[in-house]
Formats: sequence, C-alpha cells, structure tokens
Amino acid sequence: MSDINLQRRNFLKTAAGAAMVTVAPGMLLFDVAHGNPQSVGKVRWGMLIDTAACVPGCNDCVTACNKENGLSGGTAATDSQWIRKIEIKDISSGREVSLPMMCQHCESPPCVDVCPTGASFKRVDGIVLVDKHRCIGCRYCMMACPYKARSFVHEPLQDQNPDVPRGKGTVESCTLCVHRIDQGGQPACAEACANKVILFGDLNDPESAIAKKVKSVVSTQIRADLKLNPGVRYQGL
Amino acid sequence: MASYSIPQLRSHLFYVLMAVAGSIVLAAMFSVHSMEQHGHIITGMNNQIVWGMPHVFAIFLIVAASGVLNVSSIGSVFNKPAYKVRAPLAGLLSIAMLAGGLTVLMLDLGRPDRIIVAATNFNPTSVFAWNIVLYSGMFAAVAVYLWTLMEQRMNSWSKPAGFAVFIWRFVLTTGTGVIFSFLVARQAYGSAILPPMFIVISFAWGLAVFHIVQAAIYEWNGKHLDEYVQKRMRNLMGVFVIASLYFVATYHLTNLYFARQTEFERFILVEGGIYPKLFWIGYVLLGNVLPLLLIYLPALDRFKRIPIASLLIILGGFCLLYVFIIGGQAFPLDIFPGYSVSSSFADGEIGTYQPSLPEILLGLGGVGVAFLISAIGIRVLDFVPRELPKK
Ligand code: SF4
Ligand code: SF4
Repeated sequence: MSDINLQRRNFLKTAAGAAMVTVAPGMLLFDVAHGNPQSVGKVRWGMLIDTAACVPGCNDCVTACNKENGLSGGTAATDSQWIRKIEIKDISSGREVSLPMMCQHCESPPCVDVCPTGASFKRVDGIVLVDKHRCIGCRYCMMACPYKARSFVHEPLQDQNPDVPRGKGTVESCTLCVHRIDQGGQPACAEACANKVILFGDLNDPESAIAKKVKSVVSTQIRADLKLNPGVRYQGL
Repeated sequence: MASYSIPQLRSHLFYVLMAVAGSIVLAAMFSVHSMEQHGHIITGMNNQIVWGMPHVFAIFLIVAASGVLNVSSIGSVFNKPAYKVRAPLAGLLSIAMLAGGLTVLMLDLGRPDRIIVAATNFNPTSVFAWNIVLYSGMFAAVAVYLWTLMEQRMNSWSKPAGFAVFIWRFVLTTGTGVIFSFLVARQAYGSAILPPMFIVISFAWGLAVFHIVQAAIYEWNGKHLDEYVQKRMRNLMGVFVIASLYFVATYHLTNLYFARQTEFERFILVEGGIYPKLFWIGYVLLGNVLPLLLIYLPALDRFKRIPIASLLIILGGFCLLYVFIIGGQAFPLDIFPGYSVSSSFADGEIGTYQPSLPEILLGLGGVGVAFLISAIGIRVLDFVPRELPKK
C-alpha cells in the first residue's frame, strides 16, 4: 500500500495536474506495483505510444528523461540522447506525424547479440540495458541497433544521478527508467507527458491497461520487418 | 671507399627509419592518452559515425595481414618453390600487421583499460568475440608455422602447419567480413557478399604490402630480384586486383538491384561528396586502373612499376575502406521506410565526420608498430628470401 502512495506522490510531483485524475494512469500504477514482485520472468515491460496525441514541437518527454537520468540535454552529434522527438512525413501522402523515439527494448536485441563482453543484456522482464562496468566502449552495439537508440559518452561526466550510473567511454541508452520501475514507478517520459501519449505497462499481463489497449487498437512496431519484436509499439502510424 | 661507406650509411638509415617509426608510435601513444583524458570528443567520431579513422587503419592492417599469408600458402600448400622461400617473410609481415591492427582497435576502445573484460567475459553470439579468438589463434598459428619453417628439424611439419594457417586465415577474413554483414539494418552492410569480398581483397592488399617490403629489402641489400619470379608475382597481383574489383562491383550492383538500396548507392557512388570522389578517383582510378596498367603494360618496364603499383593498391585500399566504413555510416538509417524524417539526433541526415589528428595518429601508430616489428624481425632474424638454385 505504501508503495502505491509513494508512487502516487512522485507521480503528483512531476505530472501535470490534469493528467493524473483520470482513471487509466491510476490503474496502470496499480498494475505495475502488483505485477512486479510476483511475476518476474513473465513480465514484459513495454510502451504503447499514441502518435495521434503527440504534439509536434512538444519536448516534455525528452526534458523529463534528461532530468531524470542526468543528461546534459545538449544536441551536438557527440551528446547523449536517450529519447528524441522525430517528425516524420509520409512521402506519398504528405501526412505528418510527431513521435518520441527511444530504445525499443527488442525481444531479440541485435545490440545484445553483437556485444563481445555481454555488457549489453536483456533482463527477464524485457528491459535491455548496458552494464556500465563491463562495457569496453567498442560501439559495435551502436552499429547493430536499427533504431539509432544508443549514445556513446564522449566526454567526462559531472553531476551524475546516483540512481543512474553512467561512464565516459561506455555506451548507454534508454533504461526504461529501470530504477523507477523496480520501485514500482513508471518511466519519467511517460509520467511527464501531459497528453498521455506514452502508455507504460506489462504487455504480458492481460489485465494491464497496455495489454488491453494493444488488443483493442491497431498498433505497429517500427521496422517490424526485422522481426526483433520491440517492446515499444506505436499507434497511428 | 664505397664498399665501406654504403653499409655504414645503410646502418644509419636503418636507425633513422626506426626513430621515425618510433616517434610515430610515441605520438600515437600520446593521442591515446589524450583520448583517455578528454574522451572521444577529441576525435571526429560521434553518435552517428561511431567507427572512424582508427577502424580504417585497423581493418586494413588486419585484412592485409591475412592476405599476405597467401604467399606462404602458395609455397607450402601448393608447393611452389618461388613462394616457399618467401614464406617466412610473409609470416613475419602477417604477425606484424596483425599486431599493428589489433593495437589500434584496442586503443580506440572507450575503455581500453578493460580489455581484460573482453578476454574474460565471452559472449558466444558476438561476431566481435569470435574475432578476438580468431586473431589470437592467428598469432599462434603463424608463430608455429614460422618455427616449422625456420627450425631445420621441424621442416617436415611446415606443410601441415602451413595448411592450418591457410584455413585459419580464410576463417579470419570471413570473420572480419561477417562483422559487417551482421549489421542487417544498415544499408551499406548486411550483405552476404562481404565475407568473400574481404577474402579476395585481402589477397590484393597482402600481396601489395609484400611487394613493397620485398622491393625494399632487395634494394637495401643491393640484390636484384629474379626476372622470372618478378613476372609471376606481378601477374598474380594483377589477377587479385581484377578479382577484387569484380567483387566490389558485384557488391554495388547487387545493392542497386534492391530498390531499397538504390538511394544508398546513389549517395555513395554519385551524390555523397567526398565518398564518391574517394571511390572513383581513389579506389577505382588510382587503386585499380593505374596499378593494372603498371602491371600489364610492358612499355612501362623502365619504371619501378611493381612497388609503385603496390603503393597505389594500398592507397586505393584505404580509400575503399574509408568509403565503406565511414560513408556506410554517414548514410542515415532507414528507421521509417517511406517517410522523410527529422530530429535533434540527425535522423534522416547525412552524418558528418571530420577526422582529427589524434585518431589519424593512432591509426598511423598501428602502421608504425607493424613497421617496427617487421624491420626488427628482418634485421635480427633471417627473413630475407634466398632464391633456390635453378634446377
Ligand atoms: S532498440 Fe537498439 S538498443 Fe534498444 S534493444 Fe533494440 S537493438 Fe538494442
Ligand atoms: S560498446 Fe559496450 S555495450 Fe556496446 S557492444 Fe561494445 S562492450 Fe557491448
């Protein structure tokens, strides 16, 4: 019970006022908190992103991620970007869509396959991470990732968030805010989005909001042709 | 007078060359130190072009290290005496270039201090990890082979050892090609033709390196390379150059065949600025057409045509690798096929890359290491090919 209260407090702190009164996020939090300890091995954390609700030019998820994970927020070619907004335009129809893009937490992640040291790994709950103490910085995973999800730390770091270890000379990417998830929370980006574009939850739990929604609406995986079965799905593409 | 001063001069020159190579290696070490301190920010590499100049050098050296062993294989496996006497030199060059290439690859890591991690945590699904095994195995295989060649009592073993090396280097070059052909999401890579392409290319590059070293050694010792041997080795190099050009052409043609890849081909062959220039002028013209003319046109006989052709082949090799490795990454990933995309992370944009001095020095350092090992080896041990008396 206190778990839920804690999350709710965190949630209230950061989320916009209007977002949290609605039922869905509450349910989601409930599911997350209860699904976590019992069902290790069965859980598959994922996200469903409703591109129709995503506002072009809005960067709230990105800002929240940078703050949560202690990233500088710089956008030089050598700066880390764990999540980014991409504006896409259908070449044949001209339809424009704005969407957040981050590590897709593939079920068959090429980054893990190619990593020589096993620093890139997939947790049983589907989250793909880099072990900062094992990564030798060869960047082969960056070559292999089809989504350009990874960044290399090009400079010495200051002001790190103790919950989110990072290291110069190693590769990093979206952790799905694993430090929050493990305490029953949800990713900072999902929490920060006032338009509730990002729905986070356990894809394997039929009772979860995300599983229900994935079942009822049309959603796609990006580059589904590669058959990597990403845990992040997109709606409205 | 001359008979006294020339060897002396040579000995001086030897030390001068060693000093030059040594300073390059030192400069490379300083670069590595700065990269350690400041991070890769001081290189031209970034989150889109993640492999840069060091990889161009490293892969050239490793591919050529495998290819140069062809000289040994022709001698040991196919029993050709002209090549047999050259086998030890080829083996030495192979070890030297492999060491140079691996040094560069290792020192370019974000955390070179953790190289031991790579050795102790082995991910069996990783092509990179296989390659680490292949490279270390290659050292061992070539070392044993050299031993069987140079130690009289072991001579009878040189054939099986040569055969083992022959197989091993095929696997090794295949492995190098597979590093890229596994990258299915990248338009430039992910092609099954890459491993055989790398094998054939390695023959040409390896032989070119061998020719240069051989010419230098003969010149140095005031000896003249037998005309017959010269002609055979020259023709062999010509065949390899033609074969590798054929593979490179096939690689691009098959890409053109797949509609998804035509954009990429247009970029790399026509519109991509530096990359098409390097490809057509550097690789095709200077690295293939000119060497082939030098090899096959008898009218050019009075030039030192083989060393020049070899240098050009090596230059072409570097151009090809630059286009392949860096141009291949500069072309954006097609994350949303059928859409035009833009973002703060350079999605949909051509990646920019400006090689910096430290990374070039690091790459040259690998060449320096290879040079030092070969030069010391040749001087200290008996690696100079000695023609067998004609029957
Ligand atoms: S999106 Fe990229 S980094 Fe993330 S799991 Fe898939 S391959 Fe790995
Ligand atoms: S950069 Fe690190 S995580 Fe990526 S493949 Fe190399 S060792 Fe693995």
